[in-house]
Formats: sequence, C-alpha cells, structure tokens
Amino acid sequence: MKRFAAVGGAAFLLLWLVVAAFPFLWTVWGSFKVEADFFSREHWMNAVFGIKTVQQTGDAFTADGYRGAWIEREFWRSAVNTAIVTVAVTTISLVLGTLGGYALARSARDYAFWILIAALVFRAMPHITLVSGYLLPFFELNLWGTLPTTIVVLVAINQPFTLWMLHGFFVSIPKDLDESAMVDGCTRFEAFRLAVVPVMWPGVITTGLFSFLLAYNDFAVTAMLLSQDNQTMVPKIGSFLGTVNQEGTVMYAVAAVVSATVPVFLLVMVFQRRIVSGLTAGAVKG
Amino acid sequence: MPTGTFFRFVLPSLVAMALFIALPIGSVTVQSLFVQHEKVLVTVETCGPFNCTEETRVDAAATAALKEAEPLGRFAGLATYFNRNHLASDEVRAILADNDGPADIARRLYNLPFYKALAFTLAYTFVVTPAGMLLGFTIALAVNAIPKLLKGPVIFFSLLPLIVTPLIGSLVLYWMLNADGILGATLQRVFDDPDLSIAASPALTWLALMFYGTWSMAPFSFVVFYAGLQSVPSDTLESAMIDGASRLDRVRFVVLPHLAPLVTFVALVQIMDNFRVFEPIVGFAAEAHATSLSWAIFNDLRGQSDQLFGSAAATSVLTVLGVVVLLMPVLVRAWGEHRRKAA
Repeated sequence: MKRFAAVGGAAFLLLWLVVAAFPFLWTVWGSFKVEADFFSREHWMNAVFGIKTVQQTGDAFTADGYRGAWIEREFWRSAVNTAIVTVAVTTISLVLGTLGGYALARSARDYAFWILIAALVFRAMPHITLVSGYLLPFFELNLWGTLPTTIVVLVAINQPFTLWMLHGFFVSIPKDLDESAMVDGCTRFEAFRLAVVPVMWPGVITTGLFSFLLAYNDFAVTAMLLSQDNQTMVPKIGSFLGTVNQEGTVMYAVAAVVSATVPVFLLVMVFQRRIVSGLTAGAVKG
Repeated sequence: MPTGTFFRFVLPSLVAMALFIALPIGSVTVQSLFVQHEKVLVTVETCGPFNCTEETRVDAAATAALKEAEPLGRFAGLATYFNRNHLASDEVRAILADNDGPADIARRLYNLPFYKALAFTLAYTFVVTPAGMLLGFTIALAVNAIPKLLKGPVIFFSLLPLIVTPLIGSLVLYWMLNADGILGATLQRVFDDPDLSIAASPALTWLALMFYGTWSMAPFSFVVFYAGLQSVPSDTLESAMIDGASRLDRVRFVVLPHLAPLVTFVALVQIMDNFRVFEPIVGFAAEAHATSLSWAIFNDLRGQSDQLFGSAAATSVLTVLGVVVLLMPVLVRAWGEHRRKAA
C-alpha cells in the first residue's frame, strides 16, 4: 500500500512537471523553426525535425523569427523600455514601501489598521478599472504615453502589495532594536536608518523581486498608457498579435515571447528560495 | 509611534495610493455618469449640373471642438448603467416577463454583453480557485514525499507557470492548443474531426481558459501548502500512525486541520486574482466565446478615435462593487480580530 502510494505520487508529479514545463520547452524549440513547422497541420514531428525549415532555409534551425522581431519590428526598443520601467518601478516602490511598511509595523493605532485594510482593498482592484480612470485625465493633462507616467502609476499600483509584505517583515524585526537606539538618543528616523536598515535587506530583496515581477508582467496598464514608440515588451507582444496573423509573421511573436521569458527564467533560477519564501511570507503569519 | 512621525514615514506611500488608486476610483465614478458626445451633423446641399442633393455629413471640426470643450461628454446620469451594454434593465425585464423556463432565461441573458462577461468571470473565479488549490495541494503532498535532492529542480519547474508573464503563459498554451498547434492538430487527427478546435466551440474555449487558469494558479497553492507541510507536528503524525491511521486518514485528520488557516489565505488571494482575469482572453483570442469584466473595460478603451470612457467607467464601477462584495467577509473578520486584539 505504501509503495503503491509512493509510485502513484511520483507518477503524478512527473505528469505535472511535463504539463508545467513542456509548453515552455516546446515554444523555445519551435521558435527556431519556420511557421509551417511550428504550426504544422500535417504532423507535430515536423516541428521536431524541422522538415519545412530545412526546405525553406537550408538548415534545421533558423533565427529568422528573432531577426524579424528584434531588428525589423524593433523589439530591442521595447526591451530597453522594459529595463527602464522595471528598474525605476522596483527602486521607487521599495523606497516608499520600506518607509511606510516600517511605520505601519510600529504603530498599533486604529488608523494604521485602516491603512492596511484600505491597501488590501486596493490590492484587489482589477488594474484595468484604475486605468479607465487614468486615461481621460492623462489625455487632458498631456501626460499620456510616456514612460515616467507609467512608472508612477505602476509604483502606486504596487504600493498595497509592497506595504503588506514589508509590514510583515518589519513586524518580525524585534521592536527593542530600534527602541533601544532611541533610548540612546536617536530620533525615530535615525533609529530606522542605523538600527533597522542594516538588518532589513532579506525582506527588501524578496519584496523587490515581486515588485519587479509585477512591473515586468503587467499588460493592462502598459498596453493602455504607453504610446506605440514607448511600449515595453509585453504590450509590444500584444500589438504583434494584431498584425502577425495577416502578415504571416507569427514566428516574430513566438520569438518575442521566448525572448521575454528568458529574464523570468533566470530570475527564478537565481532567486528560487527567496521567491518561495516571499510567496509564503504573507500566508504563514496568517 | 507618535502620529506625526508615523505620517511622515507613511505619507509618500499614502499620497501615491490616494492619487493613483483612490482618485481614479472616484474619477471613474464621475466618468460613468457621462456619455461621449454625439457627432455634430451638418446638412450640406451640393449642386451638380442637373440637380441639387442634400447630404448629411459629420462636421469633424465641430465634433472635435465639442470634445475639446467638454472632454467628459454629455451628462447622462445613471443611463449608462442600465443600457443594453451594462445592466440592461429593459432587456432583463422583457426576458423575465416572457420566457420558456430557466434555461431560456440563462441563454438570453448570456447574449447581453455585461451578463456574458459576468458569467464567465464568476465561473472562472469559482472553478479555477478550488481547482488550482486542489492541484496545488496534491503537488505539495507529492513533492513532500520525494528525496531532498530532487526537490530543488521540481520546485523550479513548478514555479514557471505562476511566475511567467500571464500574457506570455497564455500564448504559449494557446499556440499548442489551437488548430495548428501540436495538441490541437493531434487531437483533430485522433478524433478524425477537422472542425474540432477551441476557436470553434464555446465550451472548449471555456475549458481551455480554465485549464490555463488552473495551470498558472496551482503553483501558488503548491508553494504555500508545501511550506505549511514543513511545520506539521511530526509527533502528532507519528502517534496517529501508531493508532493505526492510514495515509489518507493522516492527511484528513492531521494535515488538513493544520493547513486550514492557509486555505483561507490562499483562497482569498486567488479569488482576487482570478476575478480580474484578462490576459488569457487576449492571449487565447477568446472574445467571441468568453469575455470577462476586465476585458470588457479594455475593449471599450481600446478604440483609437472614439474610446467609450463612459461605458468603460460604468463597467469599472460595477466591477469594483463586485470586488467589495467578494472581500466583505474577509473585511468583517479582519475588523473583528483587530477589535479583539485591541481589547
């Protein structure tokens, strides 16, 4: 019976791993083929051996999709924009979130509770509902379409989550640490800077990872608030979808998708432990 | 912490949230009371060599000037909320007054855009949330039983569907499932049915979207439950074993009660995330058979020249009300706990 359960568990896990990972491996592999192979009506084995790819390009692998996306359709511009947006959003979110989260963790007043509850409600707001509130004012104030506007909006949307997460970390740092610094004559801010900042980095890095992911993964805000020239990678892929089917350049979109997945892969690989601990941080404290 | 100091610390973050979360909710509410201007029409008489014809044209300049002068549009009160594209009060009344039973009511309501979006959003939320949690819990149990050495790589691959950009995740699945993709084309061959495709069938579209949802949400439950499993008291498990509890009994009577608080937390987070389902509908190009509230707002705003701000705003307000209703039990409980702590 015990053996049976173990074998069943292992088989189930193997199946899950295939379901979880195979779509990505398949898309990475297929991105080096031509459309007639990756989207083969004849047989999926065509994509494995690249039969049409050999016929059309003379080789079993082709980088045409990547060339088309990155150079012809200027995906590199979107990659640069994504880098600017994600770095700015993560940095600003963490600065604001650290200060706010610390104060919320050290206050037992009713208003601190209400701020946290408001943040929880804000966290639940679908982003697109907020976007529909921004568009008209931004058009009127001539702020629409630029990277700074999008950065500020993403920082704000990020705040509820950042506050909650950092609040959790600061609660776990003993109060005595900063309070004894204040007994020694520090102001609250000095105590924060000298006593708390040196020990807060694990929490800040973990929160930063999630801020980065939120900015990186966003589609609703960036698709609506950025002009064509300023698009980051995800909305750029979204706008590929509108055109590639008519032009027969679906492989551009596939190549762009694979390109945009690489940073996330690397991030998970390097920071796996932190991501896991971050996901559970809110939960374990309940 | 004194109030003054507290607010000096929190202020930047509060200002950001007030300006870009609270204020937009307010501005959306105002916007929802207006509708876009009608086009200014002019009648011009053009005379040819034989006769004169009268023609009605859109006066583009005057329309633009009107838009410029009153960007919000015309005041319409609550009219947008009750028109055909939203709550559709007239249509609903007509359906309720004259119908052939519940199935007919459901079918006809589903033809109204708002109810179509609401139906899918709710179905998605309440299918994907439990399905994802169940799958995640099963994965957590399975991972807990494998050798330590394998755990790292298994967790790495399991995280991918969750961490990867939602639009990208849905595209990756869509390209496999559509009629030309590896799974879609193979299924067509297996069932020998060239018309079998997710694009052609509403039921398959819903199924594919929910599959995507479960696939991308299960890792979150898995990670949280897996962390919870590490803290299950081992002596309780052992004594249950000595008392003759089977594997299933141990899960049911020891593990599950231990994880109960986590279940509430995971359910809350997933309901919030699933209720805003949006990217998969774009990725799967599913709008013909499945729309969501978020997608409906996006669609109203997407038009390049005439964006329907009023309509988008009305749907937004209704969506926000939906979120508040979903969160209400949690808020009430949090308040109760806070009271108890303070007392």
